[in-house]
Amino acid sequence: MSTTIDTEKGVAERSMGIGLRALNWLAGSDLLDRIRIRKGVERALFQGTKSGFRTATVAGRTFKAAQQLGKPARQPRSKSKGLFDITPDDEQQMFQEAGRTFAEEKIRPAAKAADDARETPAEILAQATELGVAMLGVPAELGGVMEEGAATTTALIGEALAHGDLGIAYAALAPGAVATAIGLWGTAEQEATYLPSFTGEEVPAAALALLEPRPLFDPLKLDTTAVRDGEDWVLDGAKSLIARAAACELFLVAADAEGIGPALFVVESGTKGLSVEDEPAMGLRPAATGRLILEGARVPQSALLGEGRREAYVECVQRARIAWASLSVGPAQAVLDYVIPYVNDRQAFGESISNRQGVAFAVSEIGIETNGMRLATYRAASRADRGEDFGREAAIARRLAAQKGMKIGSDGVQLLGGHGFVKEHPVERWYRDLRSAGVMEGALLV
Amino acid sequence: MINLEIPKKYKPLVNQANQVATEVFRPISRKYDEAEHAYPKELDMLASLIDGMNEGSSDLGGAGAAGVRRSSNGSDPAENRNGTNLSTVLGIIECCWGDVGLLLSMPRQGLGNSAIASVATDEQLERYGGKWAAMAITEPEAGSDSAAIRTTAELDGDEYVLNGEKIFVTSGDRADLIVVWATLDRSKGRAAIKSFIVERDNPGLKLDRLEHKLGIRASDTANFTLQDCRVPVDALLGDPEVKEKGFAGVMETFDNTRPLVAAMAVGVTRAALEETRRQLSSAGIEIDYDAPALAQPAAAARFLEMEADYEASWLLTLQAAWMADNSKPNSLQASMAKAKAGRTCVDVTLGCVELCGAVGLGEAELLEKWSRDAKILDIFEGTQQIQLLIVARQLLGKSSTELR
Repeated sequence: MSTTIDTEKGVAERSMGIGLRALNWLAGSDLLDRIRIRKGVERALFQGTKSGFRTATVAGRTFKAAQQLGKPARQPRSKSKGLFDITPDDEQQMFQEAGRTFAEEKIRPAAKAADDARETPAEILAQATELGVAMLGVPAELGGVMEEGAATTTALIGEALAHGDLGIAYAALAPGAVATAIGLWGTAEQEATYLPSFTGEEVPAAALALLEPRPLFDPLKLDTTAVRDGEDWVLDGAKSLIARAAACELFLVAADAEGIGPALFVVESGTKGLSVEDEPAMGLRPAATGRLILEGARVPQSALLGEGRREAYVECVQRARIAWASLSVGPAQAVLDYVIPYVNDRQAFGESISNRQGVAFAVSEIGIETNGMRLATYRAASRADRGEDFGREAAIARRLAAQKGMKIGSDGVQLLGGHGFVKEHPVERWYRDLRSAGVMEGALLV
Repeated sequence: MINLEIPKKYKPLVNQANQVATEVFRPISRKYDEAEHAYPKELDMLASLIDGMNEGSSDLGGAGAAGVRRSSNGSDPAENRNGTNLSTVLGIIECCWGDVGLLLSMPRQGLGNSAIASVATDEQLERYGGKWAAMAITEPEAGSDSAAIRTTAELDGDEYVLNGEKIFVTSGDRADLIVVWATLDRSKGRAAIKSFIVERDNPGLKLDRLEHKLGIRASDTANFTLQDCRVPVDALLGDPEVKEKGFAGVMETFDNTRPLVAAMAVGVTRAALEETRRQLSSAGIEIDYDAPALAQPAAAARFLEMEADYEASWLLTLQAAWMADNSKPNSLQASMAKAKAGRTCVDVTLGCVELCGAVGLGEAELLEKWSRDAKILDIFEGTQQIQLLIVARQLLGKSSTELR
């Protein structure tokens, strides 16, 4: 693991976990030479060193604005050559390969234990951070690595990590959603206050909290309220299935804001009136999901993200749906990869069960629908990167993820029969996780 | 750089095709559904126009008559290419949004033309250029199992003598040429299967009847008997040698034509969805993409579900065509596209009829017609089940003897 670290020692020591080390280790030394990201990483290193980082405390660090820009920094839009193309660009392929290797070598082997324990090992979270997942949405001026829109890259990484395990991927990617939201819609002050933490080594556990515990939840019609009181906002409500809720230092809470409508508020974990309850669910278990309760939680005016523009909030809902669609593609592919050797090897009535059309066609369906889900997700994400409308495409990707993803999870278990129902095989976990991914709102972003 | 949109350079083509569909196909769509077997003479002028555009190397092909040759033009293989396969698929989608039966009836745009354009020698191309060619594969006892065909071709001097029966020949009555699949030696199986170009006025080619059909009624479907039908030796398309690879080559042309049929299905599906959206809107139901599907009226949720399947079909179809343009093996994706688009077209068009009730069933609108046209798209060029077999064999790494 460390041969390349030695040769890169000078950089690595300054890197503050920017991801260079991890990328090098994960993707092999030839990759780095191939990638254009290098310049971006080096500049990020330089800027990171220049601005420094807040000191972290266990009880929730103090977030304080430093080096505020005149106006908020944003990732520029991606430019297209106007040709149809399914191939990710070099930079995206680099992240994708790194994510795949990480998922295969570290995440998958840890998945069952993490699911049982309802906890993702700290080592894996740290390695994911080294991969750069928390800072994909951070504009380059503020130490981010991406030169332009990061939605497609984030979706590709999400798919790759979730191929290892969806719950671990959720835990690993959740803080990045907060950084992405602030990078997309935050004011210059909010960016300066919070984003530096996400480009360092000690990335805070953080959560984008939209989902509420009620049937037929609609993220545009929230039960959680934010009421004006003098210079403050006072928040009340409950938010569901937050990754590592108990460890979170920072929340972006969606609330129906008086006179504004649904909007996001930056709420630090030290805020009075917050409490966290454990909320175990059928899936996403390595993410140690919990419920955030807000009872008269008071935040300053400046906590309202990006002036509470409705378009920003709607875009947040849409981007989250793309993220969950990408996380569904991972386990859907994992089901396909797993059942193929199984049905080929499994013998019944004197031959391989995959010689039977009833079995073989089920495998075809998994392949076809996984491919469709993936393309729909890529389309939505790439539209977001180019600054085109993507609400329709996000809704469609989500629909496919929820419906086909669930079916794929079910067929994965079915094809293994009774063996699929017991925990010796991972298909029962994918069954639970694929159902879960289709239900989630918010929490992740591309 | 991932970009799954219609390429900028093909937007004029798509626009042109859409105008053809709107101005030429739609106004006569019902007329030729009712007047089955009547020749849609309105298409003659359009066909000339398309010939003219093809001369000017426009890509507005009909059912892929431009052929699907995988030309290597010496450009960098790593470079992303958008070419004939993609443009043809895009054109077909628009035309079939207008009327799939009429597209299938377009003079000089038959599947036979596609086969000729794909495998003919330069000399054959010259001889048969500008003619309308239909394709005759299916027989009463051989449908999906095209290796089981019984029509024979016997060499007699410098002629082949064809004998057998062919059914379901699209445009068989109207075409100038019929590309007939026949075997040189039934004992040698698929390796001996070759295709022969038969002139429509050959006295050995007898039209038995035209079928009356559920849908695509604008398109004539002919049954023939070949009785001592003599063709010159150079009417054989491709390599006359009997070898296993030959049949694989014939089947490979299907890798390129399956996305075209998938494109037809995508076009019909979109037509039904667009009309249904209008009908639902008039009933006070608007589709909201931001609200969760299940927090909306059931009709809207159903629509979203159908639109999601449509989108997957569209993307799979474009993927298969794009891979062909970029010389990537696409047999798997071509079958995925055909399977998904074919069944989606049937499910969606029938679903749209249900959502629109009596308006959907009635002949005042085209919804019921589209749902009848749809069914053939899940059957010809390989049924749903054949596509699933091909996909399964590829995914599982199985041969056709293991997975039957």
